Amino acid sequence: MSGPASTGVPILRLGDVLITGLLNELDDKAALAFTHELTERISADRVRGVLIDISRLEIIDSFVARTLMELAMMARLLGARVIVAGMRPPVAITLVELGIELVGVETALNAEQGMAALGWRQSPQPPEGAHRDSTR
Amino acid sequence: MTQLANTSTTSHAARTDTDAAAEPGTTRVVLTTEEDLLTVRHAVRAATLAVGFGIVDQTRVVTAASELARNAYIHGGGGVLTIDCPRRHGGKGLRLTIRDEGPGIPDVDAALVDGFTTGAGLGHGLGGARRLMDEFEVRTVPGGGTTVVATRWVPR
Repeated sequence: MSGPASTGVPILRLGDVLITGLLNELDDKAALAFTHELTERISADRVRGVLIDISRLEIIDSFVARTLMELAMMARLLGARVIVAGMRPPVAITLVELGIELVGVETALNAEQGMAALGWRQSPQPPEGAHRDSTR
Repeated sequence: MTQLANTSTTSHAARTDTDAAAEPGTTRVVLTTEEDLLTVRHAVRAATLAVGFGIVDQTRVVTAASELARNAYIHGGGGVLTIDCPRRHGGKGLRLTIRDEGPGIPDVDAALVDGFTTGAGLGHGLGGARRLMDEFEVRTVPGGGTTVVATRWVPR
Protein backbone atom coordinates (compact mmCIF):
# COMPACT_ATOMS: atom_id res chain seq x y z
CA MET A 1 0.00 0.00 0.00
CA SER A 2 2.87 2.37 0.72
CA GLY A 3 4.72 1.78 -2.54
CA PRO A 4 4.83 5.01 -4.48
CA ALA A 5 5.43 3.35 -7.84
CA SER A 6 2.09 1.75 -8.61
CA THR A 7 -1.50 2.30 -7.63
CA GLY A 8 -2.59 -1.12 -8.80
CA VAL A 9 -4.93 0.49 -11.30
CA PRO A 10 -4.61 -1.40 -14.61
CA ILE A 11 -3.43 0.65 -17.57
CA LEU A 12 -4.01 -1.29 -20.81
CA ARG A 13 -2.67 -0.44 -24.21
CA LEU A 14 -4.74 -1.00 -27.34
CA GLY A 15 -2.80 0.12 -30.36
CA ASP A 16 -1.89 3.74 -29.77
CA VAL A 17 -4.42 4.27 -27.01
CA LEU A 18 -4.10 3.65 -23.27
CA ILE A 19 -7.21 2.59 -21.40
CA THR A 20 -7.58 2.97 -17.69
CA GLY A 21 -10.07 3.92 -15.05
CA LEU A 22 -10.29 5.58 -11.67
CA LEU A 23 -11.60 3.72 -8.66
CA ASN A 24 -13.93 5.23 -6.13
CA GLU A 25 -11.58 4.51 -3.27
CA LEU A 26 -8.79 6.55 -4.77
CA ASP A 27 -7.17 8.63 -2.06
CA ASP A 28 -4.98 11.66 -2.59
CA LYS A 29 -1.67 9.80 -2.59
CA ALA A 30 -2.98 7.17 -4.97
CA ALA A 31 -4.29 9.89 -7.29
CA LEU A 32 -0.86 11.49 -7.48
CA ALA A 33 0.85 8.12 -7.99
CA PHE A 34 -1.62 7.36 -10.76
CA THR A 35 -0.81 10.65 -12.49
CA HIS A 36 2.88 9.84 -12.46
CA GLU A 37 2.33 6.28 -13.65
CA LEU A 38 0.06 7.32 -16.49
CA THR A 39 2.37 10.04 -17.77
CA GLU A 40 5.26 7.56 -17.68
CA ARG A 41 3.21 5.10 -19.71
CA ILE A 42 2.15 7.74 -22.25
CA SER A 43 5.79 8.45 -22.89
CA ALA A 44 7.04 4.83 -22.75
CA ASP A 45 4.24 3.40 -24.92
CA ARG A 46 4.22 6.39 -27.29
CA VAL A 47 0.46 6.59 -27.34
CA ARG A 48 -1.60 9.32 -28.92
CA GLY A 49 -4.72 8.89 -26.85
CA VAL A 50 -5.79 8.01 -23.30
CA LEU A 51 -9.24 6.90 -22.24
CA ILE A 52 -9.97 7.29 -18.53
CA ASP A 53 -13.18 5.65 -17.41
CA ILE A 54 -14.64 7.39 -14.36
CA SER A 55 -17.95 5.55 -14.18
CA ARG A 56 -16.94 4.08 -10.83
CA LEU A 57 -16.43 7.48 -9.23
CA GLU A 58 -19.30 8.27 -6.89
CA ILE A 59 -18.00 11.75 -6.23
CA ILE A 60 -15.54 14.15 -7.80
CA ASP A 61 -14.36 16.76 -5.36
CA SER A 62 -12.04 19.64 -6.16
CA PHE A 63 -8.98 17.50 -5.54
CA VAL A 64 -9.98 14.77 -8.00
CA ALA A 65 -11.06 17.47 -10.47
CA ARG A 66 -7.67 19.09 -10.20
CA THR A 67 -6.00 15.70 -10.71
CA LEU A 68 -7.99 15.13 -13.92
CA MET A 69 -7.20 18.62 -15.21
CA GLU A 70 -3.50 18.18 -14.52
CA LEU A 71 -3.52 14.74 -16.14
CA ALA A 72 -5.13 16.11 -19.28
CA MET A 73 -2.65 18.98 -19.38
CA MET A 74 0.41 16.75 -18.88
CA ALA A 75 -0.82 14.30 -21.51
CA ARG A 76 -1.36 17.15 -23.94
CA LEU A 77 2.20 18.34 -23.38
CA LEU A 78 3.32 14.81 -24.22
CA GLY A 79 1.27 14.89 -27.41
CA ALA A 80 -1.55 12.66 -26.25
CA ARG A 81 -5.25 13.37 -26.06
CA VAL A 82 -7.13 12.41 -22.90
CA ILE A 83 -10.81 11.58 -22.86
CA VAL A 84 -12.59 11.17 -19.56
CA ALA A 85 -15.59 8.91 -20.03
CA GLY A 86 -18.63 7.80 -18.10
CA MET A 87 -19.21 10.53 -15.55
CA ARG A 88 -22.31 9.75 -13.49
CA PRO A 89 -25.09 12.33 -13.86
CA PRO A 90 -25.22 13.22 -10.12
CA VAL A 91 -21.46 13.82 -10.25
CA ALA A 92 -21.93 16.18 -13.22
CA ILE A 93 -24.66 18.10 -11.37
CA THR A 94 -22.52 18.39 -8.25
CA LEU A 95 -19.44 19.54 -10.18
CA VAL A 96 -21.42 22.34 -11.80
CA GLU A 97 -22.76 23.45 -8.42
CA LEU A 98 -19.25 23.32 -6.98
CA GLY A 99 -18.25 25.69 -9.76
CA ILE A 100 -15.74 23.35 -11.35
CA GLU A 101 -15.57 23.34 -15.12
CA LEU A 102 -12.85 20.74 -15.73
CA VAL A 103 -11.17 23.18 -18.08
CA GLY A 104 -9.22 21.40 -20.79
CA VAL A 105 -10.65 17.98 -20.03
CA GLU A 106 -12.44 16.29 -22.92
CA THR A 107 -15.32 14.08 -21.91
CA ALA A 108 -17.47 11.36 -23.46
CA LEU A 109 -20.74 9.83 -22.35
CA ASN A 110 -19.22 6.38 -22.00
CA ALA A 111 -16.08 4.41 -22.79
CA GLU A 112 -17.39 3.30 -26.18
CA GLN A 113 -18.00 6.86 -27.35
CA GLY A 114 -14.67 7.90 -25.88
CA MET A 115 -12.88 5.24 -27.90
CA ALA A 116 -14.77 6.31 -31.02
CA ALA A 117 -13.58 9.88 -30.43
CA LEU A 118 -10.02 8.54 -30.22
CA GLY A 119 -10.44 6.98 -33.62
CA TRP A 120 -11.48 3.44 -32.78
CA ARG A 121 -14.34 2.02 -34.81
CA GLN A 122 -16.35 -1.05 -34.04
CA SER A 123 -15.87 -3.58 -36.79
CA PRO A 124 -18.19 -6.49 -37.56
CA GLN A 125 -17.54 -9.66 -35.57
CA PRO A 126 -15.48 -12.22 -37.46
CA PRO A 127 -17.32 -15.49 -38.03
CA GLU A 128 -16.95 -18.16 -35.35
CA GLY A 129 -13.61 -19.97 -35.62
CA ALA A 130 -12.19 -17.37 -37.97
CA HIS A 131 -8.50 -16.60 -37.87
CA ARG A 132 -7.89 -13.89 -35.32
CA ASP A 133 -5.81 -11.02 -36.43
CA SER A 134 -4.44 -9.00 -33.57
CA THR A 135 -3.64 -6.05 -35.78
CA ARG A 136 -6.21 -3.77 -37.21
CA MET B 1 -7.30 43.90 12.42
CA THR B 2 -5.49 42.24 15.31
CA GLN B 3 -7.70 43.45 18.13
CA LEU B 4 -10.93 42.82 16.34
CA ALA B 5 -9.85 39.53 14.90
CA ASN B 6 -9.56 37.88 18.28
CA THR B 7 -13.27 37.66 18.69
CA SER B 8 -14.31 37.62 15.06
CA THR B 9 -16.98 35.06 14.52
CA THR B 10 -18.40 35.12 11.07
CA SER B 11 -21.72 33.57 10.35
CA HIS B 12 -22.82 32.63 6.87
CA ALA B 13 -25.87 30.64 7.79
CA ALA B 14 -28.65 30.98 5.27
CA ARG B 15 -30.95 30.25 8.17
CA THR B 16 -30.24 29.06 11.65
CA ASP B 17 -32.72 26.71 13.13
CA THR B 18 -32.48 26.89 16.87
CA ASP B 19 -35.28 24.46 17.63
CA ALA B 20 -33.84 21.74 15.45
CA ALA B 21 -33.46 18.84 17.85
CA ALA B 22 -30.67 16.38 17.22
CA GLU B 23 -31.43 12.69 17.11
CA PRO B 24 -29.38 10.37 19.27
CA GLY B 25 -27.72 8.80 16.23
CA THR B 26 -24.60 10.91 15.86
CA THR B 27 -21.40 9.74 14.25
CA ARG B 28 -17.94 11.08 14.93
CA VAL B 29 -14.99 10.69 12.61
CA VAL B 30 -11.57 11.80 13.74
CA LEU B 31 -9.46 13.18 10.92
CA THR B 32 -5.77 12.68 11.43
CA THR B 33 -4.53 10.91 8.32
CA GLU B 34 -5.31 11.09 4.62
CA GLU B 35 -7.03 7.70 4.85
CA ASP B 36 -9.54 9.28 7.21
CA LEU B 37 -10.82 11.33 4.27
CA LEU B 38 -12.15 8.07 2.80
CA THR B 39 -13.64 7.13 6.17
CA VAL B 40 -15.44 10.49 6.14
CA ARG B 41 -16.94 9.76 2.73
CA HIS B 42 -18.12 6.32 3.81
CA ALA B 43 -19.64 7.59 7.04
CA VAL B 44 -21.39 10.51 5.34
CA ARG B 45 -22.64 8.31 2.49
CA ALA B 46 -24.12 5.86 5.02
CA ALA B 47 -25.77 8.73 6.88
CA THR B 48 -27.31 10.20 3.71
CA LEU B 49 -28.76 6.79 2.88
CA ALA B 50 -30.15 6.41 6.41
CA VAL B 51 -31.78 9.85 6.28
CA GLY B 52 -33.34 9.03 2.91
CA PHE B 53 -31.65 11.39 0.46
CA GLY B 54 -31.92 10.73 -3.28
CA ILE B 55 -28.80 9.99 -5.28
CA VAL B 56 -28.12 13.60 -6.33
CA ASP B 57 -28.42 14.91 -2.76
CA GLN B 58 -26.27 12.03 -1.53
CA THR B 59 -23.60 13.06 -4.03
CA ARG B 60 -23.88 16.74 -3.04
CA VAL B 61 -23.55 16.04 0.69
CA VAL B 62 -20.70 13.53 0.35
CA THR B 63 -18.83 15.92 -1.96
CA ALA B 64 -19.32 18.83 0.47
CA ALA B 65 -18.09 16.63 3.32
CA SER B 66 -15.05 15.67 1.29
CA GLU B 67 -14.21 19.34 0.63
CA LEU B 68 -14.68 20.36 4.25
CA ALA B 69 -12.75 17.36 5.59
CA ARG B 70 -9.87 18.08 3.24
CA ASN B 71 -9.84 21.73 4.34
CA ALA B 72 -9.65 20.65 7.96
CA TYR B 73 -6.93 18.13 7.15
CA ILE B 74 -4.77 20.46 5.05
CA HIS B 75 -5.31 23.82 6.73
CA GLY B 76 -6.38 22.77 10.21
CA GLY B 77 -3.91 19.94 10.70
CA GLY B 78 -6.77 17.49 11.16
CA GLY B 79 -10.02 17.72 13.00
CA VAL B 80 -13.22 16.03 14.00
CA LEU B 81 -16.34 15.55 11.93
CA THR B 82 -19.66 15.05 13.66
CA ILE B 83 -22.62 13.85 11.62
CA ASP B 84 -26.08 14.15 13.04
CA CYS B 85 -29.63 14.20 11.81
CA PRO B 86 -31.57 17.26 12.95
CA ARG B 87 -35.32 17.55 12.52
CA ARG B 88 -37.46 20.58 11.92
CA HIS B 89 -41.14 20.88 11.21
CA GLY B 90 -41.34 17.14 10.71
CA GLY B 91 -38.60 17.20 8.08
CA LYS B 92 -35.29 15.42 8.31
CA GLY B 93 -31.85 16.69 7.53
CA LEU B 94 -28.21 15.86 7.79
CA ARG B 95 -25.78 18.13 9.56
CA LEU B 96 -22.02 18.08 9.22
CA THR B 97 -19.97 19.77 11.90
CA ILE B 98 -16.26 19.93 11.15
CA ARG B 99 -14.01 21.33 13.82
CA ASP B 100 -10.30 21.85 13.58
CA GLU B 101 -7.72 23.42 15.86
CA GLY B 102 -5.80 25.06 13.07
CA PRO B 103 -4.76 28.67 12.61
CA GLY B 104 -8.26 29.80 11.70
CA ILE B 105 -9.33 31.64 8.58
CA PRO B 106 -8.21 35.30 8.64
CA ASP B 107 -10.79 36.42 6.09
CA VAL B 108 -13.79 34.13 5.75
CA ASP B 109 -15.42 36.23 3.04
CA ALA B 110 -12.31 35.91 0.88
CA ALA B 111 -12.07 32.19 1.61
CA LEU B 112 -15.63 31.70 0.39
CA VAL B 113 -14.84 33.25 -2.99
CA ASP B 114 -14.20 30.73 -5.76
CA GLY B 115 -10.59 30.47 -6.75
CA PHE B 116 -9.28 31.50 -3.35
CA THR B 117 -6.72 29.02 -2.15
CA THR B 118 -3.72 28.84 0.08
CA GLY B 119 -3.33 25.11 -0.37
CA ALA B 120 -3.25 22.40 -2.99
CA GLY B 121 -6.87 22.55 -4.11
CA LEU B 122 -8.75 24.45 -6.75
CA GLY B 123 -9.98 27.04 -4.31
CA HIS B 124 -13.55 25.88 -4.63
CA GLY B 125 -13.64 24.00 -1.34
CA LEU B 126 -15.40 26.33 1.05
CA GLY B 127 -17.55 28.30 -1.38
CA GLY B 128 -18.39 25.16 -3.34
CA ALA B 129 -19.36 23.23 -0.23
CA ARG B 130 -21.62 26.12 0.78
CA ARG B 131 -23.48 25.89 -2.54
CA LEU B 132 -24.00 22.16 -2.08
CA MET B 133 -25.66 22.57 1.31
CA ASP B 134 -28.82 24.39 2.42
CA GLU B 135 -27.33 25.99 5.51
CA PHE B 136 -23.73 26.87 6.04
CA GLU B 137 -21.96 28.54 8.89
CA VAL B 138 -18.27 29.21 9.47
CA ARG B 139 -17.02 30.05 12.94
CA THR B 140 -13.38 30.87 13.03
CA VAL B 141 -11.05 32.50 15.49
CA PRO B 142 -7.55 33.41 14.33
CA GLY B 143 -5.27 31.04 16.20
CA GLY B 144 -8.24 29.24 17.68
CA GLY B 145 -9.43 26.90 14.99
CA THR B 146 -12.37 26.72 12.64
CA THR B 147 -15.76 25.09 12.88
CA VAL B 148 -17.98 24.66 9.85
CA VAL B 149 -21.59 23.62 10.34
CA ALA B 150 -23.39 22.61 7.15
CA THR B 151 -26.88 21.18 6.86
CA ARG B 152 -28.92 19.80 4.00
CA TRP B 153 -32.62 19.06 4.39
CA VAL B 154 -34.42 16.19 2.74
CA PRO B 155 -36.85 17.70 0.23
CA ARG B 156 -40.48 16.95 1.02
